[in-house]
Amino acid sequence: MNRNKLLYSGAIILAVTLIAALLVALVLFSIGASPLATYKTILTGPLSDLFGVTEVLVRSVPLMLVALGIAISFRSGILNIGAEGQIQMGVIASTAMALAMPHAPKAILLPATLMAGALAGALWGGVAGWLKAKLQVNEILSTVMLNYIAAQVYTFLLRGPMLDPNELETGSGTPQSMRLPELAFLDTIIPGTRIHMGFIVALVAALLVWMLLWKTTLGYRMRTAGAGAKAARYAGVPVERYLIVAMLMAGGFAGLAGAVEVSGVHHRAIEGISSGYGFAGIVVALFGMLHPGGIIPSSIFFGILLIGADMTQRSASVPANMVLVLQGVIILSIVSAQSFLRNPYAQERFFRWFARFSPSASKPGKGVQS
Amino acid sequence: MSAGLMLYNVLCLAVPFSVALLLAALGENFNQRAGVFNLGCDGIMCMGAFLGFMVPFAMKATPWAAYGNFLGLGAAMAVGAAMGIVFALVTVTFRASQGIAGIGLQMLGWGLAGTLFRHFVGGVTGVEGMAAIAIPGLSKIPFLGGVLFNHNALTYTALLLVPACWFLLYKTPWGLKVRAVGTHPRAADTMGIRVDLIRYQALMLGGAMAGLAGAYLSLCQAKMFSDDLVAGRGFIAVALVYFGRWSPLGILGGALLFSIAQSFQLSMQVWGIKFPYEFAVMLPYVLVIVVLALARKARQLGPTDLGKPYNREMRF
Repeated sequence: MNRNKLLYSGAIILAVTLIAALLVALVLFSIGASPLATYKTILTGPLSDLFGVTEVLVRSVPLMLVALGIAISFRSGILNIGAEGQIQMGVIASTAMALAMPHAPKAILLPATLMAGALAGALWGGVAGWLKAKLQVNEILSTVMLNYIAAQVYTFLLRGPMLDPNELETGSGTPQSMRLPELAFLDTIIPGTRIHMGFIVALVAALLVWMLLWKTTLGYRMRTAGAGAKAARYAGVPVERYLIVAMLMAGGFAGLAGAVEVSGVHHRAIEGISSGYGFAGIVVALFGMLHPGGIIPSSIFFGILLIGADMTQRSASVPANMVLVLQGVIILSIVSAQSFLRNPYAQERFFRWFARFSPSASKPGKGVQS
Repeated sequence: MSAGLMLYNVLCLAVPFSVALLLAALGENFNQRAGVFNLGCDGIMCMGAFLGFMVPFAMKATPWAAYGNFLGLGAAMAVGAAMGIVFALVTVTFRASQGIAGIGLQMLGWGLAGTLFRHFVGGVTGVEGMAAIAIPGLSKIPFLGGVLFNHNALTYTALLLVPACWFLLYKTPWGLKVRAVGTHPRAADTMGIRVDLIRYQALMLGGAMAGLAGAYLSLCQAKMFSDDLVAGRGFIAVALVYFGRWSPLGILGGALLFSIAQSFQLSMQVWGIKFPYEFAVMLPYVLVIVVLALARKARQLGPTDLGKPYNREMRF
């Protein structure tokens, strides 16, 4: 990457960030909140003490796991929007598994709980993969529909078969499952905070995904299928099979995220346990350039955003839905920026325009050869 | 209760239920015919639903309250067209991936509607909404009168839009250009049709219709607004375009199929047939997947360049 290209990328990223920040500021302004103060609360509020920092890391765990799965699926050419539903399926299966064998030793119970979550998520994602590969059902539509279906299944189970018997006795009727046996908990890393071993699990998962995608034949074939299905088919890659594999993996990571939330944070299945991690995970994955090395910092950054948005809701009465606006604007900005970054003609035009202002800056047209 | 009366009840409910899906899907059809896959339809419907509710709600106490509904529909269409332009900017001018951009637009619309609603309204409040207009004479026909001729003005408009959209798409120069741009943009470009311009126009029209569909939901169907009012109907509308094989008449059939399923499920609860509520809510979403799986053979009938950004400077 030469100096010109760096300069160009930097300029585009800066411009897009500014435009996105301005758009969100406009929304904030229209609901009577001060944009600068809100941004300051969102970005610095969560980091003001140790507890805040650990809470950010707690949020980043499910985001990282979901985003890793989404990166695998996007790289393989299948757009998985269904992480939200896959998380819920993971929550159900891991809770059921932990409650089914409360007396098992920890060495069996904890892995079994996490694996059950991953497996359920993988199956739920695999349905969409199979529909795409065998019946050419558009995966975006099918995963969105599976999200709505999963949400209903989840509510049904929590209010019916999986409802905590204590809730029925006391009559409070909060839809939640029984508390998991203690042996199924992921240990806390720092006593007094909620940061748990799931963070280590997520970091290890990031390493594994990187090795899978860039160091194995399977990963190479999956990326080939995603980069150009036609070319991959000519080269003998069974693209359809890898679509299913990619969705199984993506769903597995989302399901694991759900299991980790149950076992590490809430210790039972509750309503609204996912709270939009499935959608935020898409933004995290795109923001991390669909690469584990980018997803780790980007999930921590979005952990800050989510906690900061909660804080603004309390302090500056900015509704929590604002997070969705932010995510939407970020997605639109990222995909727009990407098209500029990939377009050598736009780069050339930029330098011709740039050269008019500072003739000594750089020679026009050089960027095309890079 | 006789079977005839049961059918009558189901159909009377089904026609108003189909309107939002029908409007959104007819609009989405223009987008897809022009080669743009607009998944942001759901987000546009959320914003349309919010403005369709907000304008008459805000004008309730003013002397112009009588025009509130009308202005609400206008505002919903305007915001829909504006969001269509945003989507066109990202996917046509910047040539971004349409699937991901659509999800971005959906989140933006959904979040923005919720944010503005919480700030300006706060709690659950109803509006008067649009009243049903019984068409004199026709509404007295037994059976058909109640099913077809006793609804609000927007329902009639939506039903009349089916032939209107067909005419626009197949019998006017603009419709021919839209279809050309979605099928073979390079050939269209060679013939002097401005591909990007046509796609912008199609996205604006589609957006305005999605906005109107949203306003129908809040103003006529629910007579209130909430975050989950739209509940994925925008995505169902996109699926209906596939199911309807990119023709307005097919889309009408699909919209009716979905609304009959929905009103049948509601009627079953009224008749006292018990099954978990959650499974009833799930039904349309399961139906979408089934319908998409069945409609796969129709793929050849669709616009061949659907989802592909057109770049004049590319050689092939």
